Amino acid sequence: MDIRIALAGNPNSGKTTLFNALTGSNQFVGNWPGVTVEKKEGKLKKHSDVIIMDLPGIYSLSPYTLEEVVARNYLINERPDAILNIIDGTNLERNLYLTTQLTELGIPVVVAVNMMDVVQKNGDKINIGELSRQLGCKVVEISALKGTGVMEAAEEAVRAAHETKTVPQHSFSGVVEHAIAHIEEAAVHTMPLEQQRWYAIKIFERDEKVLEQMKLAPSVLQHIEEDIKAAEVELDDDAESIITNERYLYIASIIKGCYRKKNVGKLSTSDKIDKVVTNRWLALPIFAVVMIIVYYVSVSTVGSWATDWANDGVFGDGWHLFGIGSSEYEEAAEEYTVPGAVVEAFEAAAEEAGVEPGEAETLTTTAYLYDDDGNVEEEIPVDFAAYEEAAAIEEPDPAEYGVWVPGIPVLVESGLEAINCADWLQGLILDGIIGGVGAVLGFVPQMLVLFIFLAFLESCGYMARIAFVMDRIFRRFGLSGKSFIPMLIGTGCGIPGVMASRTIENERDRRMTIMTTTFIPCGAKLPIIALIAGALFGGAWWVAPSAYFIGIAAIVISGIMLKKTKMFAGDPAPFVMELPAYHLPTVGNVLRSMWERAWSFIKKAGTVILLSAILLWFLQGFGVENGSFGMVEDLNNSILAVIGNGIAWIFSPLGWGNWQSAVATITGLIAKENVVGTFGVLFGGFDEVAENGWQIWANMRASFTPLAAYSFLIFNLLCAPCFAAIGAIKREMNNAKWTWFAIGYQCVFAYAIALVVYQLGMLFTGNGNVVGSIVAFAIVAFLLFMLFRPYKESNKLEQSVKISA
Amino acid sequence: MKTLREAKIGDTATVVKLHGEGAVKRRIMDMGITKGVEIYVRKVAPLGDPVEVTVRGYELSIRKADAEMIEVK
Repeated sequence: MDIRIALAGNPNSGKTTLFNALTGSNQFVGNWPGVTVEKKEGKLKKHSDVIIMDLPGIYSLSPYTLEEVVARNYLINERPDAILNIIDGTNLERNLYLTTQLTELGIPVVVAVNMMDVVQKNGDKINIGELSRQLGCKVVEISALKGTGVMEAAEEAVRAAHETKTVPQHSFSGVVEHAIAHIEEAAVHTMPLEQQRWYAIKIFERDEKVLEQMKLAPSVLQHIEEDIKAAEVELDDDAESIITNERYLYIASIIKGCYRKKNVGKLSTSDKIDKVVTNRWLALPIFAVVMIIVYYVSVSTVGSWATDWANDGVFGDGWHLFGIGSSEYEEAAEEYTVPGAVVEAFEAAAEEAGVEPGEAETLTTTAYLYDDDGNVEEEIPVDFAAYEEAAAIEEPDPAEYGVWVPGIPVLVESGLEAINCADWLQGLILDGIIGGVGAVLGFVPQMLVLFIFLAFLESCGYMARIAFVMDRIFRRFGLSGKSFIPMLIGTGCGIPGVMASRTIENERDRRMTIMTTTFIPCGAKLPIIALIAGALFGGAWWVAPSAYFIGIAAIVISGIMLKKTKMFAGDPAPFVMELPAYHLPTVGNVLRSMWERAWSFIKKAGTVILLSAILLWFLQGFGVENGSFGMVEDLNNSILAVIGNGIAWIFSPLGWGNWQSAVATITGLIAKENVVGTFGVLFGGFDEVAENGWQIWANMRASFTPLAAYSFLIFNLLCAPCFAAIGAIKREMNNAKWTWFAIGYQCVFAYAIALVVYQLGMLFTGNGNVVGSIVAFAIVAFLLFMLFRPYKESNKLEQSVKISA
Repeated sequence: MKTLREAKIGDTATVVKLHGEGAVKRRIMDMGITKGVEIYVRKVAPLGDPVEVTVRGYELSIRKADAEMIEVK
């Protein structure tokens, strides 16, 4: 049988560092079933029969927070062979509080006092022998960061697991012990001896989760209640507080005998840093600077280079190795603009006239050069001579400049062509599978950049200060101060934004953040905004800011509404948070954390993204053309178009019940910028349009009123995000029900808001529809009711946690 | 009755009693704010809430609404 050792300790005690030092690369990272709490397991180095289970970082074994319930359910249901309890030597008092609870479980405990190097540097003294005697268990000095004493601690735990000796426990005051003795006799005497005390104490505390599990007879409960009441009257406090109080009194008595602090009241380096960083006046500017750096590097510069490289290079045509040859190519491409336009214009004119361009000696036409908004910059008259001259200039090929590395699709395509692969199979492999894999992996480089920042901010201690600084704003919407980072990153890309929610401790805040982050317009939604603004609003300045405003308003409204719903109101979220001492993290830990998060995205989100990409490829590429089913040339004949026709009526109340919009909305699920490309095909027959789609502006004006277009914009900004983001949501929620709830909520919310805007807009412009207006007012009334409904914070954890299947 | 909420920056207060019940009270106590312990009020967050205190040798952030549950002298 394998030996199972549970690693338990406070957050910020160095538990993760110790776990990494003990298990090396031999780890399995996942989630506890059904909840968003991370679960890590690993094999102890050089001991293939010893499994280390890293429990969530906790301060206590109370029944109120998810992490604590997960940890204690594991400890009492799975009963590991030993507990390795890591405590922070620079913060003995509070860390030992958990130790007093762990030693009552009847499981052998070994205490590892971490950060001994810091303790010694400060000149403080911990008498390990005395501490061990007082606690009744083995105590080892370690420094997880430096790796000293780490293996000894683990081997001590293995030894303790073999000797099944239970640890002696401290005693509470007389009247409490009296009650506990009664409880042991009346309620738990049938349990194994070593487990009785923990259960008895919990019953004394009136711990709901334990009482639920024990199902004691009412007569027994009543008898017990008398004893508890007696203790409460005598000590003038409630039972739970009595126990907590006495634990700390006990710890104080231990500390007195074995801990000596040298510099009382002197400011440490960490204190000095904190004085500046969370200073009343400097905190916000410093926060802004840190956020700008995070955003600038992980979204604007390195992050977007990485994404472009992955999407357009590795999963596109190819890229210039280390950028060698890029600038030369760009210069050549720039020079080719005029000849390119001339050739294109002449060939188009020739085709219209029905002649071969090479023989159209008398044909003349005009070539136009456009700027980014589709305005004509230059008109060039073209005749046959000019055409021949321009056609003689070869279009520059990026592969001929510098060191060119072809992209994966290019390589695979040439391979498939060499073996004469069937068209549909080639399509499946290139557009379906490789496109899908690209959609998964394309975001990973940017994620890695962001995750380095997150890991650094978390382990250096600044992340807790972000929560401290931003708490006041965010808690009103049921979010954490730490939700700021996911939302900020979400303006670049929602996928790393959703993944960044992992830094939020409280599950409720985390779920709320995951659900609302994608409301912020991400980079891929900007082309949609530009298209609508350009086509219907003459490029009005206010369209883009209004999109951000709507995104932020959606977060605020959703936060306030959702925190009052049954799904969220069930969990208490006390904000009593430790602000850990600042310290410099190790490179190894930062990189490991970065990689773990990126890998879990690939693994857990990858399948969903890949499968949906393949499905959409099929719907887009197949249909009935010329009377038979098969691959179609024209999107108009695809299955997707049929579906679009079928569901278009759903969007009629929003003002855009045409099938093109329905189809574009669906293709937007692959990537939001696809909406523009799809419109390009459906409204003008263009295979490729500019990012803001100016070529089709005129055609769009014929199909949309400005109000309908704005409603279309709202719906597409707020509805379900792209598949990659849905995958990220699924990964972070770790629960099918919650994933569907999130997606469903986003779609319904988007629909409701778009409907209100369109119908009320129609009403105020004098074209109101009676039914539509009534529905719109009903939605507004419901939103207002939800917003102003009173709200009370829950006082107990409703969620049940199952540890074993 | 004076509560921790009313304590000023730089004050050191001693906890007399904890009011309230359930999750928040337990959490506050779990973090080491129990009867008789000394709390030093370090600073207030830039937006006016929460406050940062030192208790049992470490730093803790607590919302003013929750600090109201802590009776001090």
